[in-house]
Amino acid sequence: MHPLRKQRLMIVIFIVVFSSIAVGLMAYALRENINLFYPPSKIAAGDVPHNKRIRAGGCVKPGSVQRASDSLQIQFVITDGTADVKVNFNGILPDLFAEGEAAVINGVVTDAGELDASEVLAKHDENYIPPEVAEAMKDKGEHQASCEGLKYAS
Amino acid sequence: MPLDFVQLAPELGQFALILSLCLSTALFFLPLIGAHYGSHLLMRSGPSLATGFFFFVAFAFFCLTYSFIHDDFSVRYVATNSNSLLPIQYKISAVWGGHEGSLLLWILMLAGWTLAVAVFSRSLPLDMQARVLSVMGFVAIGFLSFILFTSNPFDRILPMPPQDGSDLNPLLQDIGLIIHPPVLYMGYVGFSVCFAFAIAALLTGRLDSAWARWSRPWATMAWGFLSVGIALGSWWAYYELGWGGWWFWDPVENASFLPWLIGTALIHSLAVTEKRSLFKSWTILLAIFTFSLSLLGTFLVRSGVLTSVHAFANDPERGVFILGFLLLVVGGSLTLYALRAPVVKGSTGFGLFARETLLLGNNILLTIIMIMVLIGTLYPLIADALNLGKISVGPPYFNVFFLPLMGLLCLLMAFGPLANWKRTSGKQFLSLLWKPWVISLIFALLFPLFYRDTYEPLAALTVFVASWVFTALIADTLYRIRNGSTLVNGLKKLSLSYYAMVIAHAGIAVTVTGVGLTSIYTEERDIRMEVGQHVQVVEYEFVLNKLVKVEGPNYIADEAQISVFKDGQFLREMKPQKRRYLASGSTMTEVALDVGFFRDLYIAMGEPLTETAWAMRVHLKPFVRWIWLGALMMALGAVLAVADKRYRKAVKQDIQVDLPTGKLLNE
Repeated sequence: MHPLRKQRLMIVIFIVVFSSIAVGLMAYALRENINLFYPPSKIAAGDVPHNKRIRAGGCVKPGSVQRASDSLQIQFVITDGTADVKVNFNGILPDLFAEGEAAVINGVVTDAGELDASEVLAKHDENYIPPEVAEAMKDKGEHQASCEGLKYAS
Repeated sequence: MPLDFVQLAPELGQFALILSLCLSTALFFLPLIGAHYGSHLLMRSGPSLATGFFFFVAFAFFCLTYSFIHDDFSVRYVATNSNSLLPIQYKISAVWGGHEGSLLLWILMLAGWTLAVAVFSRSLPLDMQARVLSVMGFVAIGFLSFILFTSNPFDRILPMPPQDGSDLNPLLQDIGLIIHPPVLYMGYVGFSVCFAFAIAALLTGRLDSAWARWSRPWATMAWGFLSVGIALGSWWAYYELGWGGWWFWDPVENASFLPWLIGTALIHSLAVTEKRSLFKSWTILLAIFTFSLSLLGTFLVRSGVLTSVHAFANDPERGVFILGFLLLVVGGSLTLYALRAPVVKGSTGFGLFARETLLLGNNILLTIIMIMVLIGTLYPLIADALNLGKISVGPPYFNVFFLPLMGLLCLLMAFGPLANWKRTSGKQFLSLLWKPWVISLIFALLFPLFYRDTYEPLAALTVFVASWVFTALIADTLYRIRNGSTLVNGLKKLSLSYYAMVIAHAGIAVTVTGVGLTSIYTEERDIRMEVGQHVQVVEYEFVLNKLVKVEGPNYIADEAQISVFKDGQFLREMKPQKRRYLASGSTMTEVALDVGFFRDLYIAMGEPLTETAWAMRVHLKPFVRWIWLGALMMALGAVLAVADKRYRKAVKQDIQVDLPTGKLLNE
């Protein structure tokens, strides 16, 4: 074969081989690792697949945080004003996690309809609210995009 | 009452910025027109305009710093990012602690690089230099208009300035933040020089080895800065965020990693273009993409579309501006590329096992990795824009493709330095590489056996990849000095750029070791710790002695005093803190570290549980320092490569600048 063509063929082979490896890996990775965001009302309504990693977020309901006395097990409730979801977490909460503030949770919905959190994220400064949570709160009336105006009806 | 400098500084700074916008506009037009019509006078105006541009930007930066030091809270930006209690070093670093100031820093860096081009490119043909400076001027216009029209750091709050500022975000009150942004920006902005060179090459149609030799040091330098910048960010996240993680695949981290990946491809592709006059169009394309990705990073981080510590601005107008500028740069340069690239292509052949082939593989792999990271980063944004739902792509996605592809890259990396240009026989590879292969294999299989009780196959794989790269480098060095009379004489004969390559590649091996072994062997105990309680982590024992209150300059803190014992012997006392900053009321974790070459001990306070108990993170992180050490080695490699004497040889001035070489269209 002409050397130039041989060289082109090689470049093509290179690209084809590497890209197919890449595409294969990506298809696999995307199937497993994309987390959809759900507000508490959807979880409570049962619109969320169980035992699959999801992302949820809402305001931490004041007075709902309960700690175990001998371990790091913790339980709290998040709400978007419409529905509440119980969250279980074993670990250390971020610095700015607080009652009445927004939090984002990565975890799995159990068959009991509770959220088993593998990770809890809170805002990173005083004036910040995660956009997903802000979005979920937006429909809830007068106090847009904030946990402050939320009526924590039981 | 006479006005003093403190009161005037913001206005003077503002004025200086406007002047520098005027100068950069002149810098864009005059040399370009001069190059087109062959006017020496206009072309020679470039360096002077660049100097003026740098001077005024530096002056504006000085004015803003001055306002910070003197607590001028009538300036909105100072009021939102500083506080009278803030220690002086943080008052200075607070200058780039927010959106407006960090943008000003960006522009200062751009001005610095432009000045550097003006000063160090005297050996370049005049029309080339004029065009390069002109493109730099164009980039400067974009960013100066951005800062002046949408995010002016000198805006005042008048007539009622606040009594005191609302303080710098406590996360940013740290040595890591003092140096991380400037270094990172040096890298980001440095690629604008390569971009300018690429555009100038497209304009003139002159893309030869000489061109590659001019651009190479700039690309290498920018790449070195970017490597260190990313490593500093990772190091900062490690000890400041209190999670013990050093890389999160956070979109903002990805934003800095994307230009690094393509920049790495660029410096390798440039090598082929310089030595063999191949891959020319490809190199140009990489240079365009590297800078475009830097801009994309700036857009992602600064527009507020992402959520992270870096996303200061939530002003949509700003996002639109950067996006528009990004489209202009990418669209414009790609159009130019489409029109002009056929003119600059070259063709010579090379064999299957040639160094060109390996570098091609390197480029393709790095590009594919970049595209996958880009998809993972942008997919949630695109899905959101198309109303496909709120999606997040987590670290597992990135790990699944990044680790195998990076492993493959490292395996191929060992061949690169050994291969000859044009053609290498398979026999030569075999004779040189069987020893490194065997040594790495034995070492890799034995390492996990002796390191910990349980055998980790992945650790063996990591060690194999790293030592394979490393031993192949040694084999190559030994092969190259085989004709030297003594070892020392042989080593002296090798060029500085060869050492640069060896050190940078070894840096990759070191980082790979660090990343792999830290991920595999980290011992984490997130536990409830009572006063007097003992915690055992492998051979280390931690005892919480007492909890005390400590007062700092602008915070109060809870401090835990913890004694550390190794195999029963007292090692040291560690004091992690939980700080509460007075001005902002925010809480911060101050991690206690015991740093070592082979392992870090890491203690962070979580939250108080009772009067005498805290939730604590106690981590043992083996080889974590290696991650950043490797990055420093890469940067050292970059410095040595730039110092190589072949770049300092004067380039022959054999170009007739009077020819109208700057026609934009393909006639």
